[in-house]
Amino acid sequence: MISEEEQGKAKLIYNDFSITIASVNGSGSQTSNMTIMRALFRMGIPVSGKNLFPSNIQGLPTWFTIRVNEDGYLARKDQHDIVVAMNPGTFEQDLQGVVSGGAFFYDDSIKLAITREDVAIYPMPVKQIVRDSGAASNLRDYLANMVYVGVLACLLGIDMNTILQALDFHFKGKQKAIDLNWGVIKASADWAATNLQKSDPFMVRPSNKTDGYIMTDGNTAAAIGSLYGGMQFCGWYPITPATSLVETVNEYHPIFRKDPITGKNTCAVVQAEDELAAVGMAVGAGWSGLRAMTSTSGPGISLMTEYVGLAYFAEVPIVIWDVQRVGPSTGLPTRTSQGDLLLVYYAGHGDTRHIVLLPGSVTECFEFGWRSFDLAERLQTPVFVLSDLDFGMNQWMTSPFKYPDMPMDRGKVLWESDLERCNGQWGRYLDIDGDGIPYRTLPGNRHPAASYFTRGTGHNEYARYSEEPEVWERNMLRIKSKFETAKAIIPEPIVQLENGADISIISYGSTDQAILEAINLLGKRGYKIDYLRLRALPTTAMVAEFVRSHRRNYVVELNRDGQLNQVLRTEIPECAMQLISLAHLDGLPLSASWVVDALIAKEKNND
Amino acid sequence: MTDQVLSEVSRAQVNQVGLSKNDYRGNPTTLCQGCGHNSISSQIIAACYELNIVPETIIKFSGIGCSSKSPFYFLNRSFGFNGLHGRMPSLATGALFGDHTLRGLGVSGDGDTASIGMGQFKHIVRRNVPMLYIVENNGVYGLTKGQFSATADEGLMLKKQGVNPYLPVDIAWEALVGHATFVARSFAGDPKQVKELIKAGLSHRGIAVLDIISPCVTFNNQDQATHSYAWGKDHEVALHELAYVPPAEEIMVDYEDGEIKEVCLHDGSTVLLKKLDREYDPTVRSDAMRILEEANANNWLITGLIYINSEPPSLLEQYNLTDEPLNRLSEERLRPPRETIDLLNSMMF
Repeated sequence: MISEEEQGKAKLIYNDFSITIASVNGSGSQTSNMTIMRALFRMGIPVSGKNLFPSNIQGLPTWFTIRVNEDGYLARKDQHDIVVAMNPGTFEQDLQGVVSGGAFFYDDSIKLAITREDVAIYPMPVKQIVRDSGAASNLRDYLANMVYVGVLACLLGIDMNTILQALDFHFKGKQKAIDLNWGVIKASADWAATNLQKSDPFMVRPSNKTDGYIMTDGNTAAAIGSLYGGMQFCGWYPITPATSLVETVNEYHPIFRKDPITGKNTCAVVQAEDELAAVGMAVGAGWSGLRAMTSTSGPGISLMTEYVGLAYFAEVPIVIWDVQRVGPSTGLPTRTSQGDLLLVYYAGHGDTRHIVLLPGSVTECFEFGWRSFDLAERLQTPVFVLSDLDFGMNQWMTSPFKYPDMPMDRGKVLWESDLERCNGQWGRYLDIDGDGIPYRTLPGNRHPAASYFTRGTGHNEYARYSEEPEVWERNMLRIKSKFETAKAIIPEPIVQLENGADISIISYGSTDQAILEAINLLGKRGYKIDYLRLRALPTTAMVAEFVRSHRRNYVVELNRDGQLNQVLRTEIPECAMQLISLAHLDGLPLSASWVVDALIAKEKNND
Repeated sequence: MTDQVLSEVSRAQVNQVGLSKNDYRGNPTTLCQGCGHNSISSQIIAACYELNIVPETIIKFSGIGCSSKSPFYFLNRSFGFNGLHGRMPSLATGALFGDHTLRGLGVSGDGDTASIGMGQFKHIVRRNVPMLYIVENNGVYGLTKGQFSATADEGLMLKKQGVNPYLPVDIAWEALVGHATFVARSFAGDPKQVKELIKAGLSHRGIAVLDIISPCVTFNNQDQATHSYAWGKDHEVALHELAYVPPAEEIMVDYEDGEIKEVCLHDGSTVLLKKLDREYDPTVRSDAMRILEEANANNWLITGLIYINSEPPSLLEQYNLTDEPLNRLSEERLRPPRETIDLLNSMMF
């Protein structure tokens, strides 16, 4: 232990550290971890939390890392400043992982050797405190995790009031549950105040940096965004990490989507027997004029691909959320990845290509939740939204949800009165506006000329079967031209420019925070770096211009083969040599230090 | 009257919704001459005409295969979607949510339903999706030229394929076991019965599975094959003589006690079942299972209404949806009002 004297000299570090909590899956540690995070957030301190959990219900090790950063850099930190060890199975590994000068809290019933002298060590009498709380024996294991909440609160200086607020939110005001947990937390904090002496440098203090922000996860944002987009049908099948998206739809649609006139439901959710059926239902619903969606992860996309091809060719609007996890195969089902970009961009046999939206924040998950329906219905085509486990299942500090800033775009639909005006003269696949997008009618339209026969086989402008070579080619080229139309209405990238930079980072999605931090760190080391955060595919002229204007563009993404880099090289072939892949694939959320090291290594090779 | 005048008069004939039979027709068939499927298409046209159905209130669905082409050959004024092989059920399930006032009419084949599509078939059945699901069952793949399907007889010999070593799937059995609320079987060589069953199926509250033995004259019509015309004619055992009576129409049949059984459908229509050789009550599920087993043991092609239960609500009825079709709801009814956004944000931490 560091002596009192040394501690006196040690400089305290406020609002800038990471906490890693090691526990056993299924032990209820998630409630404790969320309580700490939310309390810190309520203190005004920017905070993030990432759950590194196994594909398991109970028994395997799990880690939760919290990052506190006054400047708002909230990407995962590679370094463990504070470790809480609740799992004997990983105790030694956890102890070794603490940074020198860091802090190590552990359940004192774990009788293993403490082999570090460069770390502040805090044993916690977990069993004793829980027993003394008088809680029923069946609740004790669960409450054990509240002990570290109280101990950390005491030693880090977390405001106990904010902990109470966090408990109140978590237990939705249920007083009995709040009291039970609060009792253990309070007792633990009191115990720590009497029995532990602070010998590490990490402290928190109140701030105002979370004013105007909310804390939520990407799946919640996507679900509610979809409801604000007027989602009317969702077919789905459970799969980690997408499951909670539709579960949240189920939770919120009774609140927000009762018909204001009749009080009846304006949307339906059907849990299908598999992903083939989930997307099949969505395609059926999209075809019949509903704002239809499904939500899945990589393995589900594999199964959905046949229907996606049909929807593309038959020109049916649907929205497909892919909350990515690590593949191929079952892969690492509880870890994060950006490995599905090529899969969704080209999903389907034959000539297919799809609109892909790439939210880069939880708020954008909400925005693209509603915007995706406008694009799908306007373009009459599947629209993919590529989220990932890090967004989907972790809590993020994010801007509040903004009400959609434009009315719904229901696209080109002809109803009875429209058909009367044109005397029933229309062709389902006829491009009369020159934008590649034809008009469609919907089942239920009673005009005698309304119906048409939809098919996955070759068809002419009037939806009639055709094997004529020129008809096939003409139709496929028209469908392709919708992609050009799309470029004017899909979200443009967000660009951050440094004066005089001639190298850049291009990225998308959940890597954003690590990259912003990396650019800051690289700046301190003399690197000027521009940044383009892509928000949709296909690439637009703005992206091409950005790539062209930088000598070296580092394409940062979470997969093995640099999938976005491949897309950019294909779509901007003249700049292929200006595009360099920085791909990271270990299943963990990106850290700024990885980006810094990887980029500098490449830059050194270039010099 | 000359023949020409006669035919003009009949062409001008209209039903109660003012439509002539032509309004129910489709494009000329491209299936083989003599194909059972063509006869079924004709009965669909006749049944819809006689039921006074407005064609725009039907949505046609199909998968892939010869049978699945047939929706193009009837009801040109109905919307139709020819989807993926074996995946028509999910497509229909989603599409029917668009407008709950519409009724589905699906046509599939034995390969499309019992081979590649078995999974989706079982699930559309258990969800009680409101549609008539016709299987045009010929035991063979036609479009790929004569391979065994999952309903092919064990021991069936086909050119190029040799002998089928596997036991067949019985679609009516699968439907019954899967909690179908309407299960019927018919034979394309018995058009009158086919038509009455189509009418009953279209009037049923939920899923109506109609398995029709529909011979493939090109690949599987040998006399000894159970999917052939000859075998069907020799082995058909009708459970009853069947007549559909629309809602609000008085039942005007003279019959002796116990000779006729009336089965009431949810929409107020009735199916009259005239007793033939045996007592049979299609509302008893265990009897339905027994008769299928008996038919199997005796090599009968059992036809007629095997099972019906009009009580369970259809899938759409369980969702408490707006009376106005979902696909006609305006933005004001779909997007929560602006003032809710603060409430929403306050619900987050």
